[in-house]
Amino acid sequence: MSAILEEILEQGLQELAQVNELSQLDQVRVQYLGKKGLFTLQMKELAVLDPEQRRSVGQVINQAKEQFQQQLQFRKNTLEQAALEARLVNERIDISLPGRGQVVACLHPVTTTLRRISKIFASVGFKVVEGPEIEDDYHNFEALNIPAHHPARAMHDTFYFDAHTVLRTHTSPVQIRVMESETPPLKVIAPGRVYRCDSDITHTPMFHQVEGFLVDTDVSFADLKGVVYEFLRAFFEKDIQVRFRPSYFPFTEPSAEVDIECVMCNGEGCRVCSQTGWLEVMGCGMIHPEVFKAVNIDSECYSGFAFGMGVERLAMLRYGINDLRLFFENDLKFLEQFN
Amino acid sequence: MQISEAWLREYVNPVISTEELVAQLTMAGLEVDSVTPVAAMFSGVVVGEVLSMAQHPDADRLRVCQVAVGATEPLQIVCGASNVRVGLKIPAALGGAVLPGDFKIKRSKLRGVESFGMLCSEKELGLAADANGLMELAADAPVGVDIREYLSLNDVIIEVDLTPNRADCLSVEGLAREVAVLNQMDWSPTKVEAVEIAHRDMLEVSVEDTAACPRYLGRLIKNVNTKAVTPLWMQERLRRSGLRSLGALVDVTNYVLIELGQPLHAFDADKLQGGITVRWAKMDEGLALLNGQHIKLDSNALVIADELQVLALAGIMGGLDSAVSDVTQNIFLECAFFAPQSIAGKARSVGLHTDSSHRFERGVDATLQARALERATQLIVAIAGGSVGITAEVTTDAALPQRTAVLLRKLRLEKTLGMAIADEQVVDIFQRLGMSVECQTDNWLVTPPGSRFDIAIEADLIEEIARIYGYNKLPSSSLLMRSELSPATETVLDINRVADLLVDRGYQEAITYSFVDEDIQLAIAPNDDVIRLKNPISSELSVMRTTLWCGLLKAALYNTNRQQQRVRLFETGLRFVKQDGTICQQKMLAGLVLGSAYPEQWGEKSRKVDFFDMKADVQSMFVLTGIVAQFSAAKHSALHPGQTAEILLPTGEKIGWIGMLHPILEKQLGFDTQVFLFELDQQVLLNKRFSKFKPLSKYPSVRRDLALIVKEDIAACDVISCIKSSNEPTLKDVVIFDIYRGKGVEEGCKSIGLSLHLQNDIQTLTDSEIDAILHRVLEKLTNEISARLRD
Repeated sequence: MSAILEEILEQGLQELAQVNELSQLDQVRVQYLGKKGLFTLQMKELAVLDPEQRRSVGQVINQAKEQFQQQLQFRKNTLEQAALEARLVNERIDISLPGRGQVVACLHPVTTTLRRISKIFASVGFKVVEGPEIEDDYHNFEALNIPAHHPARAMHDTFYFDAHTVLRTHTSPVQIRVMESETPPLKVIAPGRVYRCDSDITHTPMFHQVEGFLVDTDVSFADLKGVVYEFLRAFFEKDIQVRFRPSYFPFTEPSAEVDIECVMCNGEGCRVCSQTGWLEVMGCGMIHPEVFKAVNIDSECYSGFAFGMGVERLAMLRYGINDLRLFFENDLKFLEQFN
Repeated sequence: MQISEAWLREYVNPVISTEELVAQLTMAGLEVDSVTPVAAMFSGVVVGEVLSMAQHPDADRLRVCQVAVGATEPLQIVCGASNVRVGLKIPAALGGAVLPGDFKIKRSKLRGVESFGMLCSEKELGLAADANGLMELAADAPVGVDIREYLSLNDVIIEVDLTPNRADCLSVEGLAREVAVLNQMDWSPTKVEAVEIAHRDMLEVSVEDTAACPRYLGRLIKNVNTKAVTPLWMQERLRRSGLRSLGALVDVTNYVLIELGQPLHAFDADKLQGGITVRWAKMDEGLALLNGQHIKLDSNALVIADELQVLALAGIMGGLDSAVSDVTQNIFLECAFFAPQSIAGKARSVGLHTDSSHRFERGVDATLQARALERATQLIVAIAGGSVGITAEVTTDAALPQRTAVLLRKLRLEKTLGMAIADEQVVDIFQRLGMSVECQTDNWLVTPPGSRFDIAIEADLIEEIARIYGYNKLPSSSLLMRSELSPATETVLDINRVADLLVDRGYQEAITYSFVDEDIQLAIAPNDDVIRLKNPISSELSVMRTTLWCGLLKAALYNTNRQQQRVRLFETGLRFVKQDGTICQQKMLAGLVLGSAYPEQWGEKSRKVDFFDMKADVQSMFVLTGIVAQFSAAKHSALHPGQTAEILLPTGEKIGWIGMLHPILEKQLGFDTQVFLFELDQQVLLNKRFSKFKPLSKYPSVRRDLALIVKEDIAACDVISCIKSSNEPTLKDVVIFDIYRGKGVEEGCKSIGLSLHLQNDIQTLTDSEIDAILHRVLEKLTNEISARLRD
């Protein structure tokens, strides 16, 4: 290696060692390897040598150049690594700060409960149907085997618009409307708002019910019991105790009230279940032949069951809500709890 | 219906505890509401007799009594009650007695005189809320016997919440029959023996409407002693049935009502003129009722009348003028069967609900009247004496409720219950329920007793079998049924999806009442034809909402009044309007926002929510449906005239409204910030465009920005629709990225920065093609809306 070349390489390596920034590194690269770079010039000088010499000297230059390039690459890597590290340190944030933007709200617990009920029944093919809330006397009472002056009317504190028009007192009229327009087999769930002229700690003038009914050939009370058991267990996600008590509804016969083991005290007896260990959660029964008659379904060919439940009641038990009135005050502090 | 357990057990006394008895009733469909001890706990009180009495030397109002209490020596007890007298039998609390409220009786000195106990009133024993002096026991009360035993106070009151179909259980006998059936025991009804007839005087009875009153019995009982005291046992049973003692005659009729379930009425015979008529009232006839209420009657009221006037509201309540009183000597005792439909609703229509109407409305056993009349007569004579006359009776057999036999098919029973029940068991249940059964090969023919108005069809019999057999012993099956696959439509969007979207965009779901304050309703939508409730629960909930905004505004106020600075609510539900006289119930979706656009957070400058924040929320719903909705500036009574849009489908069909609450309403309702509202018709909103695939272009898309100067009154959508109407096939999208007013733009104009996105499906657009398109578009903009390029 010529002294000049040696000097160039020495100097080059030294400069590379002194470089601290990537931009400087590039300057050094140009200075040595660019078109007019020191190594390039050395190569150009080869032209004056005879071919024999040209090859051997060229090899030497190339070795020196390669050595320089290696060092250059090494410096580049080192500097890039340092730059990356500097950036990473620089860009460090406090990840504990909250995220920005809109927050997600939630559905009303009554809606959540209604959706769960509908989903459970939809899974076995029940169809969701809604009906009018301003209802005529015929669909709300007459067709359900509750004629005028029937004592059962006293159980419904009815809101009236005129003698024949009421706010529906239950979701049962949907049963009539569906059976009037469709033929069995029928499997229907009818959720919605209902109204009773009553307001105190345990009553609001508006609340929600879900009516469900099934009409087919050979439907038995055992089927009703099975559906109710399975539903309640699915709803409470628990193998809950259920009992059926004879009761009376004009539109079912036989009729039953359904009690579940108190979910607050597991049947031990508490304030919520009035120390009985049981909670009344729904009414049900086999659809009354008079109801079938009103909708022209032959009760000799078809039988069916119907059930009805209060949605707020189920939501209260499910989520441990202790005051019915909270549902309709729409206090954000209440609503925000149910997501 | 409430009765004493001890009374019930006199008829049928199964070897089960009170708890078991109560559970049995509840599980048989006779739901027990409460079980209450008839008396609070106390001890050490016996029947005492005042043997002698002396004035207290130092107190005017106190007497020093020697009281026999069954011990060898009488006790000295100082007493201040005004009714204390020699010979009186009273409850005497001995030393060591504990009265209700843990009140211990000790030997003490009252103004220097020793007292070894206390004479008690009903109040002190916890038997009544109030008392006027000592409790007076019957003359034959056995001295020294524990008062709890003597008054049978170790008893409970069972309150049964009967369903309307079970009128047969509105009596002790009725409940006894049920208890007997449930325990498979025998029971016997009260024995009633005919009373000796002492005279043959009677009042002529005529019934004008025999369908309404198929049976009417009455008899005169003369020379009764109305001052006779009701025996304590009867008073106690009445008390335990929730009835006050009102004098011997009324007490007897009430007693028979509870015992047998038959209402009776006693008239003062000397106040009657001529015969008795059961008839419909004449228009505007008046009647003063026993409770002091004066009512005007109409032809819907069935009454008992004499020749002169209306005496009683049949089956509901007697009249004041003919009522028995302290001076009554002769009574006319009435016992009738009124058809349920002739009584139903009548009491309610005059604001009454009586034990009598409650029973007649639901159905009284039509075979019971003669027995009940005899029973009441027997008791009256026993307590108040009197000479009994013959019975006047008007019965129309054809009008009496017929108990026809009901067919029960064995197969039907089995199919309905999902199991077979042994024939003998079925027959046994029916017979114990008082029904007569004719067995056929495949059926039973069952005739219910007169007390059962609820057994008319096969299903009723099936329920009886199921009920007595026990609902919980019946099988339960897993549902096997025909199933159809349910459709999954893509042309209607599920409202749940929209609700979820709003929830995700920070809207809290609210549920508000469907009836609202008429003032708010009127303020928001003065032109809507509202539907008014006839019997609202309050004036604040008196009309049906014609917009969901009424409830949302109220809910928002509820929250702003509770320091909530930021409210975002939505609700789904019906609105109710009258349109051309008919009631229209329309499913709506409404939202409300107020406060800051985003929750308070670091790193972003807080700003108030505005029209466009809400518009984005509304537009996001249209992204779900794929519908290009149009927002058209419009006026709405509730909204700010400059910030209101009506939302329309491209076809012009109306979807709803969006806008800022009018500042006047904002102030009137009590908000201190701007409120934004939207309301959409669900049915129109949820129409979904069915997605259809379009091939993707392989060629690059090109963006060209324009800055246009237009007059202020040119709306953004005018610019866009002008550009789109150029129908350039390669124009894929137009986006507004800037609106500018100020330096460089003359007054009355604005600069709109927008980008055109161009793409050809079959080849790359050349510069000259792009220039040509832009030229055509600009020419159109200039011609149609006088737009020009900003320099």
